[in-house]
Amino acid sequence: MDNNMFRRLTALFCTILLLAASGSAAFADSFEFDRDNLPYTDDWDAYSYDEEYYSQLAGQGASINFYNWGEYISDGSDDLVDVIAEFEALTDIKVYYTNFATNEELYAKLKSGAASYDVIVPSDYMVARMIKEEMLAPLDYSNIPNVRYMNPAFMDPNYDPGSVYSLPYAWNTVGIIYNTSMVDEEPDSWSVLWDEQYAGQILMFNNSRDAFGVTLKYLGYSLNTEDPAQMREAAELLKEQKPLVQAYVMDQIFDKMENNEAAIATYYSGDALLIDNDNIAIAIPKEGTNKFVDACCIPAVAKNKLGAEMFINFLNEPPIAAQNTEYVGYGTANLAAYCLLDEEVRNDPILYPPQEILDNSEMYINLSDEANLMLDQLWTEVKASNKNILTWGILPVMTIAAIVIGKRQYRKNREKRHKYMIED
Amino acid sequence: MKARIAAAPYLLWAALFIIIPMGLVGWYAITDMDGNLTLDNFSASMRFAPVIGSSVWLAIIATGICLVIAYPLAYMISRKSGIGQRTLILLVMLPMWMNFLLRTYAWMTLLENNGVINRLLGMIGLGPYEMINTPGAVVLGMVYNYLPFMILPLYSVMTKIEPLLIEAATDLGCSPWETMKRVILPLSLPGIATGITMVFVPSVSTFVISVMLGGGSFMLIGDLIEMQFLGNAYNPHLGAALSLVLMAILLLCMVITDMFSNPEEKEGLLL
Repeated sequence: MDNNMFRRLTALFCTILLLAASGSAAFADSFEFDRDNLPYTDDWDAYSYDEEYYSQLAGQGASINFYNWGEYISDGSDDLVDVIAEFEALTDIKVYYTNFATNEELYAKLKSGAASYDVIVPSDYMVARMIKEEMLAPLDYSNIPNVRYMNPAFMDPNYDPGSVYSLPYAWNTVGIIYNTSMVDEEPDSWSVLWDEQYAGQILMFNNSRDAFGVTLKYLGYSLNTEDPAQMREAAELLKEQKPLVQAYVMDQIFDKMENNEAAIATYYSGDALLIDNDNIAIAIPKEGTNKFVDACCIPAVAKNKLGAEMFINFLNEPPIAAQNTEYVGYGTANLAAYCLLDEEVRNDPILYPPQEILDNSEMYINLSDEANLMLDQLWTEVKASNKNILTWGILPVMTIAAIVIGKRQYRKNREKRHKYMIED
Repeated sequence: MKARIAAAPYLLWAALFIIIPMGLVGWYAITDMDGNLTLDNFSASMRFAPVIGSSVWLAIIATGICLVIAYPLAYMISRKSGIGQRTLILLVMLPMWMNFLLRTYAWMTLLENNGVINRLLGMIGLGPYEMINTPGAVVLGMVYNYLPFMILPLYSVMTKIEPLLIEAATDLGCSPWETMKRVILPLSLPGIATGITMVFVPSVSTFVISVMLGGGSFMLIGDLIEMQFLGNAYNPHLGAALSLVLMAILLLCMVITDMFSNPEEKEGLLL
């Protein structure tokens, strides 16, 4: 039996043990867990670091490259811990920290082989894609003892059966962010994005997967559909919506919602908490939404796998994970950390939505290449179905240009002929 | 010989960072995901014709506006003397000292519905006007950012026009309008050609301006290429083919403008 296989089996075994020990028969991706009777303390001081474990690489000049979403790790602001500095001090491992903005950017970077990272944080469907393309290394759970604190409801997910390659970092849902001074009723359906009343005040996702996901959910389809007819139907609906949309944006929503530029926006619910405007509220529509998990993984090309595993372990030290989740504003999949949080946070219906909503929602799965291509093609069609771009002017301008160029060529030819006549 | 040695570092640089990458773009464009030779990428590019068309169109509008604004301005500057000329040129260049993204971002806050301009207009009871996220805003962004590239070549050609020529034209009975048409305009043609190229090329390939000022509603060819690399489908092959299409468009533009800067003609005009 080769080494790799052995490790995978060990990992699988550990997970099964873990699931059995937790006693809850969590079925995959339900995110369902008993929120009241948890076997962990709410005492922050109950935890301490295993110094011996963390000093394994000390004094060797070791380093790891950590590639993460922007503003996605506690950096010492708001009286919270500076996770990276704390880890560096504890382990003597230098952390080189860089950011990406989309899963696709992360994928493109790794796929091109242009850079090597030790820890990355892709979302669920991207984890699946990377596993399929053999871009990830299996995690060695004997080096990540803190896996014992993980919430079983988030282990053994569909995107990574047996949690062989990934350990959840944070989870969240897509919601409708709205400005209560401009929207009277709490929007309980995606239909509000097609409501003429809010024409010119709607901000929509500027990436194909999320924009189609929302629309497919509204239509009552799965957001992972590969049925061309359903995808086309969603594209038509998006084209219909276009005149009502103020802008297709990603990060810019923070500025725009803060300055009351728009009334309604689709975005990741946890991020809305970061918007500095008292009138901002979030709603999760009744049709269900996209729930997602961002998970720590180690690329197959990682140079310091042990260091990476120590870092992932450190991220799951309950006090660290608790402060980190507070900073990030997403839900945590670390149950011991969850127990350290204030009751108010634990019962926040946006961070930890009621089970009915979660049951209604779906995670993305990795689509086939054909479906991905079709999605981008349809998205381009939506974007290119233009509002007026002064097309009336094309004809006159082209005519004038043709006349000028034609006249010039004619004159040139005449001069040439004239010259030949002289030479003759 | 010495010149050749001195030029060697640049030649090496050009080979490493211009020719080889260009070759790679070409190679990607004619292969598919599995590495087989194919022309599918080019036929797939053609499906995006509306996007290509609207990028070219918006760039043409922006270039035209730049020319109309820059021409009289450049002429005025070129006729100034000494310090006045230097100050005006400095003012033209000044915005370029600031980062391009920053300048575009600033326009965003100016043009927004609750932005500076609408608030000022609101004080005198006008508006609010919808300015951002319109094609006009995209064109404005292009004109604002690339105007100096039109002014500078025009200015440098116009300073070389001898005031004596203009005087002579006036002496021989040309009206100011005719002087402009028969003397200044023909002599400044090379500047116009350079200016058009310098504005058209970045305008047609921009992708940040349309995202920031157009609200993402106007997909340009630059956005399309970016999407092939960072979008859902990750198709660098199609992206490479689209880049080649863009290059073909630019080449065509340069051929057309080149027709207007024929050196032989200039001599003919001077005689």
